[in-house]
Amino acid sequence: MTRVRQHQTQDELLVFERSSPGKVGYQLPALDVPAADPVEVLGKERVRESIDGFPEVSEVEVVRHFTRLSTWNYAIDLGLYPLGSCTMKYNPRLNEAVARIEGIVDAHPYQPESMAQGLLRIQRTLETYLADIAGMDAVTLQPAAGAHGELTGLLMIRSYLESQGSPRRVVLIPDSAHGTNPATAAIAGYETREIPSNREGMIDLAALRLAADDSVAALMVTNPNTVGIFERDIAAVADILHRQGALLYVDGANMNALVGIARPGDFGADVMHLNLHKTFSTPHGGGGPGAGPVAVKAHLESFLPVPRIREEAGGLRYDWDRPKSIGRVRAFYGNFGVLVRALAYILAHGGDGLRNATVDAVLNASYIRRGLEDDYDLPYNAPSMHECIFSDARQAKYGVKTGDIAKRLIDHGFHPYTVSFPLIVRGALMIEPTETESKQELDEFIEAMRAIAREVEADPRLVRSAPVTTRTNRVDETLAARKPVLTWRGTPE
Amino acid sequence: MDYPIDYRYSREHEWVRLENGTATVGITHHAQEQLGDVVFVELPSVGSKLEAEGAFGAVESVKAVSDIYAPISGDVIAVNEALMDAPELINSDPHGEGWLVKLTVFDRSEIQRLLNADQYTKYVAAESDE
Repeated sequence: MTRVRQHQTQDELLVFERSSPGKVGYQLPALDVPAADPVEVLGKERVRESIDGFPEVSEVEVVRHFTRLSTWNYAIDLGLYPLGSCTMKYNPRLNEAVARIEGIVDAHPYQPESMAQGLLRIQRTLETYLADIAGMDAVTLQPAAGAHGELTGLLMIRSYLESQGSPRRVVLIPDSAHGTNPATAAIAGYETREIPSNREGMIDLAALRLAADDSVAALMVTNPNTVGIFERDIAAVADILHRQGALLYVDGANMNALVGIARPGDFGADVMHLNLHKTFSTPHGGGGPGAGPVAVKAHLESFLPVPRIREEAGGLRYDWDRPKSIGRVRAFYGNFGVLVRALAYILAHGGDGLRNATVDAVLNASYIRRGLEDDYDLPYNAPSMHECIFSDARQAKYGVKTGDIAKRLIDHGFHPYTVSFPLIVRGALMIEPTETESKQELDEFIEAMRAIAREVEADPRLVRSAPVTTRTNRVDETLAARKPVLTWRGTPE
Repeated sequence: MDYPIDYRYSREHEWVRLENGTATVGITHHAQEQLGDVVFVELPSVGSKLEAEGAFGAVESVKAVSDIYAPISGDVIAVNEALMDAPELINSDPHGEGWLVKLTVFDRSEIQRLLNADQYTKYVAAESDE
């Protein structure tokens, strides 16, 4: 029997394919000014008679079209979103309420400073709190995302080293790093060199000592690293670099395991970025934009992007007179609405609340690890922090790989975990539940994963052909990457 | 998998076949298996100089982009144009049709330092046990 669905349309046309020529979905009031002839005013070449493919639909058709599409999606508001390394935590509604306060939502970047004191105070307060959380001395809120923060950080490192009369050409990257780290170093004009991990999944100190010579500008490291393990020797890592005049860049992607517990500034970071869309609960992915503030120690402060916010007797002011600054990295003042949401999150939690969130994030990941370690192979034994990493070694014996298990998870009602990353784990399953999930939700996820492990043994073909319950069956990702079709070419007959 | 006995292999999983002073270079069966379906290949232009152990191109699969390292030094005299339209040749025939570049060889001793088929087979087996 067919189950009840939201609408019989299960293969939604594009909105302009629904168009009926001549249909008008609006009513304009009568003209109360003299009519002008556009051809006369603008010139014939600037006036079009018709627009190709312009959808002619009514309001309700537009609303239904997009509402139906939205029901095809999976979202954090529907359930657990365990994408490892992404920190897909719940976005509290309080953040949205604060961001919609009249004086904030209607603010304009050209508003004079005297009429924007509250807005400057929001930025100044957030800078101060983020610096305190990171254990750093100063913060810029401009970068629009994590990778943008990385680039901003490396440009400051370059300017700093040049000002020291010691320009350098190499950036060291651990083999467990996020792909953005080597990409950023290359874009900033550096040569990258890889540092291998040891058997525990941490930076190999002996290899680092060999590589850290006076050509090295910095090491970029994520801590906890992408294997979900805290780099126990991070202070020694910082020391090895600093002895050679190199700097430590900390990628704050995994700060959800540290906030309120440990501060990168205390374990030797010179520069770091924070992902507000991960750690500080602002919308992530398609719901963004993101924000990637960069925090520095005092020796790098004069290189921060302009403008800086300065406290003066008459109030807060933007300071543009910073001769050593690397310049502006983003129009206006960054993704301001995102900054407001992050500040709302910090203030709503307070110090104890932020710390509790960290503890719960680690507890949840550890709970999932314990729940799955009888069924899935654990490549590293060091304690998991905010995420846990398995490999598909046991399932691969049945010809089932991490990507197949992830697709099958869709049939069991969950968004997939992160597949095949980090690269140092063969066939990785990377699971990050975040602190916002209840024990009940975690138990359901664990049960789904265990059920899939049993299916792999009983019927590997079923898992290899998943998903089977979705609107679209498995898509051919390889063909899509080899022969990408990036523009609409009409509906196939 | 039987690795051709007349090829030499690097620890970065590239192979070299030497013929009349010309070396053909590709990635091994093991490498393509680890990468998964290859979707794009970036190769150097003819005439560029490769340095042993230096990155000279990249292979992009559905999982990741990986650098390819030159097993030996040499000047590029040909690149496999067929890979532009059919990168899947690297998966279907890594030791033959899926070759990447041809080089003139300067220093034959560099080739002697590479692994032979037997050593490479053991190297891959040891890596898989980790």
